[in-house]
Amino acid sequence: MNPKRSNQIATGTIFGLVVIVVLILIGLIGYILFNGVPNISWHFITAEAQAFSAGGGIRDQLFNSLYLLILTLLISFPIALGAGIYLSEYASDNWITNVIRTMIEVLSSLPSVVVGLFGYLLFVIKFGFGFSILAGAIALTFFNLPLLTRQIEESLRTVPNLQREAGMSLGLSSWKTVTGIILPAALPGIITGIILCAGRVFGEAAALIYTAGQSAPVVDYLNFNPLSPTSFLNPMRPAETLAVHIWKLNTEGVTPDAHQISSGASAVLIIVILIFNLGARALGSYTYRKMTATK
Amino acid sequence: MKNYNLDETYIINPQKESALSAKQVTVSYGTNHVIHAADLNFPRYKITSLIGASGSGKSTYLRCFNRMNDKIATVGGQIMYRDTDINNPKINVYELRRHIGMVFQRPNPFAKSIRENLTFALKKNGMTDKDELEMRLETSLKGVALWDEVKDKLDQSALALSGGQAQRLCIARSIAMQPDILLLDEPASALDPISTAKLEETLKTLSDQFSIIIVTHNMQQASRISNYTAFLHMGHVIEYDETENVFTNPHVRATEDYISGNFG
Repeated sequence: MNPKRSNQIATGTIFGLVVIVVLILIGLIGYILFNGVPNISWHFITAEAQAFSAGGGIRDQLFNSLYLLILTLLISFPIALGAGIYLSEYASDNWITNVIRTMIEVLSSLPSVVVGLFGYLLFVIKFGFGFSILAGAIALTFFNLPLLTRQIEESLRTVPNLQREAGMSLGLSSWKTVTGIILPAALPGIITGIILCAGRVFGEAAALIYTAGQSAPVVDYLNFNPLSPTSFLNPMRPAETLAVHIWKLNTEGVTPDAHQISSGASAVLIIVILIFNLGARALGSYTYRKMTATK
Repeated sequence: MKNYNLDETYIINPQKESALSAKQVTVSYGTNHVIHAADLNFPRYKITSLIGASGSGKSTYLRCFNRMNDKIATVGGQIMYRDTDINNPKINVYELRRHIGMVFQRPNPFAKSIRENLTFALKKNGMTDKDELEMRLETSLKGVALWDEVKDKLDQSALALSGGQAQRLCIARSIAMQPDILLLDEPASALDPISTAKLEETLKTLSDQFSIIIVTHNMQQASRISNYTAFLHMGHVIEYDETENVFTNPHVRATEDYISGNFG
């Protein structure tokens, strides 16, 4: 076989494999959207869920998912940023750092059910949070932290060392170099990391069943006092998310239109994740252009 | 490689006002000694070249002068700058680096606008006066003959500059701090001949106000721009003299072989 021929075969094989991946993805997303989108209506998005009768919506579940996502990112992003900066900029290459890295890897491969049960035992039972958004957000933080830390560390590492030397040679401290030069340069990678994690968090069900609970109590969307039990902002109330709702409808749903609702909810889930991805990407490149003044 | 007697050296002491003087400087990575007791006296407002083969330790030696080896290697000996030993672990290295600036082999502008590249460090060091920042920006860019090329696009990204422009911007960034001494680590090695010529012109002009120490691979460059030249071999300073003497009348065999291309 001559090199030209073998190159053709290799290219063909690789191309074929890519086609398989793309087909699976398009098939999956297409199936969900095809089945789900006809069920989506303004009523579906804005109505309360029904327990026994048809015609329920997903208003509270959708809001709970978004709220939980924001809370989770609020807790996990600062921690991951600090840890990422430490691992990439300050940690010396010794056994302690290696142990930390290994532990982060172990944590990232922890099944989400286990994280959920851990959150249930520690926060819901032991600390007496009850089923609550806060318990869910903390459990998701555990679930989220390794990936986000790793992603931030990697983005910081891809900024060339020359930039650090340039900062140092101008008499800047490491801290000023990191915050003023390295972080802005690493921003696009960090934003990609947040998007990846947000997608995982938004679609997560198993860890939430035991922490944020499976019920969506009636809340008042005009009550902006987060301490009030009926406020939609109260972090101590139980909150069924979209993904948990889908799971529940398919396991114990008794409404006659359970299938339609779960199809519609799945489509909404995917659409929201897509919007979130594209939006964050646009935001990332916009801030990057702003900070670096590139056209 | 030929073996040379590393104890055979010829080092002059320029009878001029000194910018920096290194005494018994050694550098080691763990137990591996890469620079051995090098003594040099660098005169003020002159250009001094450090030449030598790859791995001769010239870059490592240069990086001692603004403590860029701190986290990498152990540096021994004394480096006197204005009656202060800057190799003393207790000195304020951040302050030191504002007096002794450094430009690197590859242009490394920040991912910021041209203006921010020049003013970022000044602002972080507490300069708030807008007029003074503008003045520093303009004088530094003029100092490296870049002002006319970029004055209309100061708010555009510095990453869009060509290699030669970017390197001159990096020099401007260093001189905006108004240092005494500029250290340059092979600043032209990533540039084409035309950009190199411009850079050399810039350096010659700058030597009126700054003492310059430059590491270079290029012997023609050393002979074109520098007043003094030091030849390093295997971590030893073999010869240090006025540039003209080093290139026309070297005293040590190793230097002679190196500059005539008869080395190794």
